Amino acid sequence: MSQATLRVQKISGHAGSIAGEDTQRESQVCKLVDTTTCIGCKACEVACVEWNDMPFSPTVFDNSYQSMPETRWNYWNLILFNEHEREDGSLQWLMRKHQCMHCAEPGCLEACPSDGAIVQYSNGVVDFQQDHCIGCGYCITGCPFNIPKLNKVTKRVYKCSLCTDRVSEGLEPACIKSCPTGCLHFGTKDDMKDLAEQRAEQLKDHYGYENAGVYDPPGVGGTGVIYVLHDVTKPELYGGLPSNPSIPLAVKLWKHPLKWLGNLAIAGGLIGLFVHYLRFGPKAREDEDIRPAGGQP
Amino acid sequence: MSHPEQIVPHGHVLRYTLRERLTHWVAAGSYIYLMGTGLAFWSPWMFWIAVMLGGGQISRMLHPWAGLIFTAAVIYMFTMWSKQMRFEPVDHEWWKSLHFYITNQDDKMPPAGRYNAGQKLLFWSFFGGGLVLFLSGLVLWFTDWLPWSWRWLRYVAVLVHPIAALATIGNFMIHIYMGVFAERGAFGSVIRGDVSMAFAKRYHPGWYEEIVGSPDPPK
Repeated sequence: MSQATLRVQKISGHAGSIAGEDTQRESQVCKLVDTTTCIGCKACEVACVEWNDMPFSPTVFDNSYQSMPETRWNYWNLILFNEHEREDGSLQWLMRKHQCMHCAEPGCLEACPSDGAIVQYSNGVVDFQQDHCIGCGYCITGCPFNIPKLNKVTKRVYKCSLCTDRVSEGLEPACIKSCPTGCLHFGTKDDMKDLAEQRAEQLKDHYGYENAGVYDPPGVGGTGVIYVLHDVTKPELYGGLPSNPSIPLAVKLWKHPLKWLGNLAIAGGLIGLFVHYLRFGPKAREDEDIRPAGGQP
Repeated sequence: MSHPEQIVPHGHVLRYTLRERLTHWVAAGSYIYLMGTGLAFWSPWMFWIAVMLGGGQISRMLHPWAGLIFTAAVIYMFTMWSKQMRFEPVDHEWWKSLHFYITNQDDKMPPAGRYNAGQKLLFWSFFGGGLVLFLSGLVLWFTDWLPWSWRWLRYVAVLVHPIAALATIGNFMIHIYMGVFAERGAFGSVIRGDVSMAFAKRYHPGWYEEIVGSPDPPK
C-alpha cells in the first residue's frame, strides 16, 4: 500500500473516464472503534492534531467530557460524550470517536463540483485535495455525518484524511497508534468486520448487552470507520450517529434527474430556437423596418 | 395624447432612455457572468468556463457578488418598469394569438403597447427568478454558517437554486433569440435607444399611437 501504487477510483466534478478506475485491486482499509472500551481520554484527538501539524484549538467547556461541540477544519477527530440515562434510572457514559467515516459512496464527492477536489483511493480512503477545492461548501451539504469544515480564511474544506500519508507507507493512522485501551483497531475492512462481530457477540454473551452490534451503514455503501455499539438499535445516543445515513435525497435529485432534465431542456431549447429560425427566419428584414411597404425612407 | 418629444431624427423613436439601457447592461453583464460560472458549478463538462474566467476559486468568490449586482439591477428595473409591465386585457388577447406571433404573422396580432404580453412575462419571470436565486444563493454563499440542525435549508437551496437558474436560462435564450435574431432592430434599440417608426408600428402599435397620436384621438 505505498503511495506510488495508490490509485484514485473516484474523482469529484470529473468529466470523462477515471484513469485509476479498476486498474488495481486493493484491500479496503478500515478503522474499528469499539465504543464499549473507549474511556474518553482524547489521546486520539491529540495525536490527530499532532500528526497533521495543526495548532491546538481552544476547547469549549459545556459541563461534559467533550472537547468542543463539533469537529473543526483543524480538529478532525472528536470524542463525542453522552451521559445516557437508562430506563432503570442508571447512568451510562457513551463515548464515540467522531471523524470522517470514509463512505464507500461518499456524499461529499457526489456533491463536489470541482475536478479532483475530492478523491477516493482504491483502498477506500476519501481524501480532500485542498489545491483543487474552490470553497463552495457543497460537500458540507452532501455529507450525512456533518464532517467537512470550511476554513474561513483559506476558503478550503478540510477533514480527516485517514492519515493517508501514514497508511500509504504501511503505518496505522495516528489516532489508532495513540489509543491506550485498544478500543481502536486498524486493518482491512474484512478483518475489522470479523473482529467487530466477535466483540459484539462477546458483549451479548458475557456482558448482557442484548442489542450489541456493529455499525456499518449500508445507505452509504458501508463505511471505512465501523463502530461496535452497546445498543446498535439506538445509534443516535452516541452523539447523534444517524441510524440509516444516506446521501441526502436533495443531493441525489440535484445531481441526477434534475441535471439531466436541465441539460436536455437547455440543449432542446437551443436546437428548437435554431430550427425555428431556419423555418421562420427573422420577423422582418431590417430594410422593411426602415422602408415599410410603400412608405418613404 | 401624443409624445412628439420621443421622436428623434431620421424617423426614429426613442424606445429606451439611457438610464434604462444602462440598467439593462448591468443586469445583462452580471447575468452572463453568473450563467457562465453557474454552469461551470452545475456540470463538470462545463467547468472549463470557470477555468477560462480565472479558475474555480475566483469564480466561486465572485459569483455571489455578481449575484448581488444582478439582484440590484433587477430590483431597479422593477422600480422603473413594474407599472408598464402590468397585464392588461389586450395581453389576454395577445396570448390567444401566440401562434401568429411565433409564425411571424405579426399583422394578425392584437395591438401591443410598449411591451407585449410575452415581454411582460419575461420581465416577471426574470424578476421572480432573480429573487429566488438571490435568496437560495444567500444560503449557498454562507452554507458553512448554518448549524447542522438547519441543514434542511441547504437541501432546499441546492435544489431551488438550479431550478430557478434553469428557468431564467430558458428566459435568457428566448430573450437573446428575440432581441438579436428574430426582431431586427430590437438589439439596436437597447444600444442606441431608438427604433424606426416602422418597428414601433409593427411590433408595438399601441405604443406607436401613444407617441404619434392616434388618427382619431378620443377627444
